[in-house]
Amino acid sequence: MDLSAINPAVLVASLMMAAVPIILAAIGELVVEKSGVLNLGVEGMMIIGAVCGFVVAVKTGSPFVGFLGGAAGGAGLSLIFALLTQVLLANQVATGLALTLFGLGLSSLLGQGFNGIKPPATGKVPMGPLADIPGVGPVLFQHNLGVYLSIAVIAAVWWGLKYSRMGLILRAVGENHDAAHALGYKVVRIRIAAILFGGAMAGLGGAYISLVRVPQWTDGITAGAGWIALAIVVFASWRPWRVLIGAYLFGGITVLQLNLQVANVPIPVEYLSMAPYLITILVLVIMSSGRGRAAAAPAALGQNFHASR
Amino acid sequence: MQRRTLLTTAAMGLGLSMVGRAAFAQDKLKVGFIYVGPIGDGGWTFQHDQGRLALEAALGDKIETVYQESVPEGADSERVLTQMALSGCKIIFTTSFGYMDATNAVAAKFPDVMFEHATGFKRDSANVSTYNARFYEGRAVMGTIAGRMTKSNKIGYIGSFPIPEVIQGINSSFIHAKKVNPDVSISVVWAYTWFDPAKEADAAKALIEQGVDVILAHTDSTAVLAEAAKTPGVIGFGQASDMAEYKPSPRVSSIIDNWGPYYIERVQALLDGTYAQKDTWAGIGGGEVKIGEITDAVPAEVKAEAEALAASIADGSYHPFTGPLNKQDGSVWLAEGERADDGTLSGLNFYVEGIVGDIPK
Repeated sequence: MDLSAINPAVLVASLMMAAVPIILAAIGELVVEKSGVLNLGVEGMMIIGAVCGFVVAVKTGSPFVGFLGGAAGGAGLSLIFALLTQVLLANQVATGLALTLFGLGLSSLLGQGFNGIKPPATGKVPMGPLADIPGVGPVLFQHNLGVYLSIAVIAAVWWGLKYSRMGLILRAVGENHDAAHALGYKVVRIRIAAILFGGAMAGLGGAYISLVRVPQWTDGITAGAGWIALAIVVFASWRPWRVLIGAYLFGGITVLQLNLQVANVPIPVEYLSMAPYLITILVLVIMSSGRGRAAAAPAALGQNFHASR
Repeated sequence: MQRRTLLTTAAMGLGLSMVGRAAFAQDKLKVGFIYVGPIGDGGWTFQHDQGRLALEAALGDKIETVYQESVPEGADSERVLTQMALSGCKIIFTTSFGYMDATNAVAAKFPDVMFEHATGFKRDSANVSTYNARFYEGRAVMGTIAGRMTKSNKIGYIGSFPIPEVIQGINSSFIHAKKVNPDVSISVVWAYTWFDPAKEADAAKALIEQGVDVILAHTDSTAVLAEAAKTPGVIGFGQASDMAEYKPSPRVSSIIDNWGPYYIERVQALLDGTYAQKDTWAGIGGGEVKIGEITDAVPAEVKAEAEALAASIADGSYHPFTGPLNKQDGSVWLAEGERADDGTLSGLNFYVEGIVGDIPK
């Protein structure tokens, strides 16, 4: 057992990277759920984003265009969900699950011929001398764009939901769609916009996996990250900064347990492997068990809206 | 995937019945394969599928193959196997260790169907054969290169599951790295998956962060090499497949599984009526394990040393597990000059002396 080999700065830096796909997908889903729509197809949208991002990046040679492609792919798939649930009023739970299965199959088809190819490398954001500050440098100033983007998106969503008029309307639609409708807001249109945003974010998270984190394309590459994102939204009681905490906790323990294995810590590997799931759920349950727990979920979550009056 | 196989079969059935030659389909020997990952993994499953394609190329219209990708180990595989047996497969190859119990359970119900289980050791009924490759022979060669190439004297090993096949690999790598570099130490990380690129990459990252500069992987995807490529000076090896796209570095050599000849031999035997239950375990000598090109990233003398070792294993003059070797606790395993027997190896459940850490139970 040699804990001195684990460098805390490097550990924090890599947990920030490991958490990016989950943060992006979870914050997208948070906005969707705040508008009163439950889209269980996060995993499907992520993997479509992963394959689209990968294909576009390989074809154009630019990882940046690849990320745009991933976001577009995820949004495209979520458009199917929007059409089915908002226009045709299909059941949201069933449609979301179908979306995941469809996304997994479609991504496997789209990815044919792209196995084993190396994507163009995504560079770090140049921070000049800041990157060399001991301790702080590796943690804060040596990342690629995705890490900064994920934090920026959390901040933007938090501010948008809390302080902007747009956020207020979105929340109104999610809490009581009849009242919002009576006030003259276009409930269906707002929800479709939210679903597209959620799809684009999930796609971006997926593209991050296939372009930066792994980086390559193989079938089933997201390996359940979308489900974790969904769970984190619920346990974070629909609050943006708690999503960040949840995702860092999950990413952190995932990275830490591998480091502990390398350092020969005498804890059975089975416990270390299940630790990320157990601890993340435990902490988020404790965090959300206080006052206001019942009121956390948007009141109209999962209910379809039809303007009959 | 399931859907794809289903569609192919359905389309085939439709086409055949339309031209009224359904009887013809009965004449073909139907061969089934179940894979633990997707064919596109670029490693283990990819190589098995290459074997299947070689089989089709060699035996042409005498056979018909069906396969199913990403079949989970455990109860699901039993359903898939039963389905394949019911759909008329006469011989089924189950290509992962975790299918062992399912294979034997289903085989007992279908005595007329032959089952071939890769890397396992249970042959409960007469229609179950097992086949395996001596991956540890390849590991000996990789271990030698690893021991010579490491600058930090730390090599890493990403294990999938604590099963004998993986433990052989860890021991063989360590023994041969230690032989050329007495200061070397090995860190083992258990991923508990055969195929999860993100997890495999994370494991590689954790090893690199702790100073490991040579990584051996016992999982199925190319993610470990992709991760190693991010850090200059870190090298790794192709596992199961050549993984040539990561040449010349980080992939400096590879262990290639070559299943085609075995598949052709077994199916041919079944066609000829000479098929019999057996347990096959071939290595570099038998051609089931090949060593991929050693690239220029490795100095010429190390390359020559590795190639000489591979040659001596191939002709049988050297066995990777030759004494004196002690177990991890210091007790004697093999005396001077003694070679490990296959029985011990196929149930190997201990580390050799010098490896730190416990094997998860």
